[in-house]
Amino acid sequence: MSHTHQSFWSKYIFSTDHKVIGMQYFFTGLFMAMIGVFFVYVFRMQLAFPGLSIPGWGLVTPHAYNSLITNHGTIMIFWVAMPVLIAAFGNYLIPLMIGCDDMVFPKINRLSYQIFLLSALVLISSFFVPGGGFGGAWTAYPPLSAHANYNMTPFGAPLWLIAVALEFVAFLLGGINFVTTTMNARAKGMKMYDIPLVIWMIVIASLLFMASVGPLIAGAIMLLFDQLLGTSFYNVPGGGDPLLWQHLFWFFGHPEVYVVLLPAMGIVAEVITTFSRKKLFGYKTILYSTFVVGILSFFVWAHHQFIAGIDPRMANIFVVTTLIISVPIAEMIFCYMATLWGGSIHFTTPMLFGIAFVMEFIIGGITGLYLGSSGTDIYFHDTYFVLAHFHYTFVPIAVIAVFAGIYYWFPKIFGRMMNETLGHVHFWGTVIPFNCIFIPLFLLGMAGDHRRIYDYTNFPELNTAVLQHWRIFATYSLLIMILFQIPFIYNFVTSLRRGKKAGANPWKANTLEWVAPSPPPHGNFATLPEVYRGPYEYSVEGRKEDYWPQNIPG
Amino acid sequence: MNIVSKDEKKIIGRRIFRDNDQGELPITDSQLLVKREESAMSSHVPIATTRSASGIPTARLAVWWVIASEIVIFGGLLACYLLFRLRHESWMYEAAHTNTVAGAFNTFILLTSSLFVVLAHKAAEARDTVSAYKYLWYTIGGGGIFMMVKAYEYTTEITHGFTMFKSVFWSFYYTATGLHGLHVLAGMLIMAIISRDVKKGENLHRVEAIGIYWHFVDIVWIFLFPLLYIAK
Repeated sequence: MSHTHQSFWSKYIFSTDHKVIGMQYFFTGLFMAMIGVFFVYVFRMQLAFPGLSIPGWGLVTPHAYNSLITNHGTIMIFWVAMPVLIAAFGNYLIPLMIGCDDMVFPKINRLSYQIFLLSALVLISSFFVPGGGFGGAWTAYPPLSAHANYNMTPFGAPLWLIAVALEFVAFLLGGINFVTTTMNARAKGMKMYDIPLVIWMIVIASLLFMASVGPLIAGAIMLLFDQLLGTSFYNVPGGGDPLLWQHLFWFFGHPEVYVVLLPAMGIVAEVITTFSRKKLFGYKTILYSTFVVGILSFFVWAHHQFIAGIDPRMANIFVVTTLIISVPIAEMIFCYMATLWGGSIHFTTPMLFGIAFVMEFIIGGITGLYLGSSGTDIYFHDTYFVLAHFHYTFVPIAVIAVFAGIYYWFPKIFGRMMNETLGHVHFWGTVIPFNCIFIPLFLLGMAGDHRRIYDYTNFPELNTAVLQHWRIFATYSLLIMILFQIPFIYNFVTSLRRGKKAGANPWKANTLEWVAPSPPPHGNFATLPEVYRGPYEYSVEGRKEDYWPQNIPG
Repeated sequence: MNIVSKDEKKIIGRRIFRDNDQGELPITDSQLLVKREESAMSSHVPIATTRSASGIPTARLAVWWVIASEIVIFGGLLACYLLFRLRHESWMYEAAHTNTVAGAFNTFILLTSSLFVVLAHKAAEARDTVSAYKYLWYTIGGGGIFMMVKAYEYTTEITHGFTMFKSVFWSFYYTATGLHGLHVLAGMLIMAIISRDVKKGENLHRVEAIGIYWHFVDIVWIFLFPLLYIAK
């Protein structure tokens, strides 16, 4: 293969190689994460010190505040969690872990990234149009989102919607590629139950996305017509109904939680098994639980709408389904803990992040029960309790599990090891401040702090010294968490050049990506591997080594 | 290949033959796969694309997934329409102004074009590229007539004051038929591109893929026609 003489452009920008596309998604996601973090820095500073001129931004107007929180949420979910967890890890890992040389449709794969990049550019451009970026929350409920008279962003709102729609198209194309590749391009001998869990999870997540996003695409077209042409799909005087959007949005929005959760669960399954040196407990239980979660996730959406004016009898049904869906998730978590039990645990940096994911996600899951029960939700709705709850799910997913994945696969991707000491510093500096941000926000939420308030000094009953103290504490914790990302970036950049050479299989892991050289060349494998067993055969009795790669015969 | 039974393997062999543009007879499918993997090594097609672990050709599998994701888009739109329609009896007075005759004629045209695409597929399987090319263009012609009738309908409706803004029924009418029309146009465009390859005798398996898509577009219309035209 004569790929050595490629120009920079054809090798890194217009490449159809799944690894390059994965990295494109990864670094675009990282760049968008920096924007999202900058936004949260600005509005948390405004909440802690209202009226302060914020270094790097200036005074925060109410209008800018709304736009900042809206775009923080949108970016973190659609342009960070999804591209990094599904597209970056999916693109990089699927062909390597199923033992083939590329995706089945490399050009569609490249197209999907290009559409994604376009969507990111459209979103960024929406911050600079007259009227500013959209400020109607990432859920974009009409009538606020449907009429420029209400949201005051005649250009920002449609651009935001177009960006989200383009992003959906990109992920539909990518998802079709992922599912088809996994179904058809597996190495010889790789049966259903030999597929590593992370690949299963990414594929199931792609299917969930594919099945749930359709109605929202239809809804987005309708909202765009309402915004731009003046139709009345969501406009009551014109014969429409704003509640329709909420149904369409959350019919997608709740499965979306699992779309990002499942790849994170998969990454953690790989990490925990490798560093426990023990067979994954209950591979099939985890897999079947995932199917159940996937199916149930289509029947819980209205728990976001308990106080939106839906029929209380309908609310009862959705309470039941919501509480039921916590059962398979708990089952998966128990399987992970059982994997740790009796293993010989290596506390490497990826393992620390993996265990932290399980622990922090449990808190996120348990607080969800309060919100899934309509009785308590009436009180908690739209408070910081809700916000803290979903950050206790999303931060473990999109930050902690992603770091576990980065530290785990960095040696494969770049061929060098990361520094463990700096990794440990980064780990503790991320996880401790994370709890210090959101535990106070739980307390604030229980005390009645409403989510969408720009300046608490206007609300005397919420403007007490104690509550303000917790707001400042959360903001300081955020600043510390951001500062502790510097060791990570330093570690990442220096390890690229000066890290210890990794070799093909530094963690002594079983899955097929560790058969390929690090970093894998174009085409991945010198000879395509065959598969003889499942991915988690660690510490098998009677074997000299405590691991048994999938491609070794016998 | 390991998880498929003997009988399925026979089918796979046939499929691979059909996908293989060179037309040489497969001695066994595993030999053929090796051959395809070798030819993939020399060209830019990844080996991944030539594999078929599920037994279904990759192109057909992908089209089915495209259709699955399209079904939920149209499904979501039509579910919204139905829920509104059931709550607003007055919409039947609006629906009375849709042109049922034109709609019925279009249904006939679209179904006939689906027949042509089946004939194109059959011809492609028999490697009769001349007929496949001809039938593909008959199908495109059917799509063209459909779009012209649709344009006539839109024009009369708009000139009679039934615009997108008259009521939510008409908003749904234009959104649903417009989205469907876009799919018809996209199908015609893709078919024209494929027909160029077919003329040269290349990528004949793509005729089946576009055929499946065209049937889907057809079936969407089978839902739209009663919901928007017949139900008065």
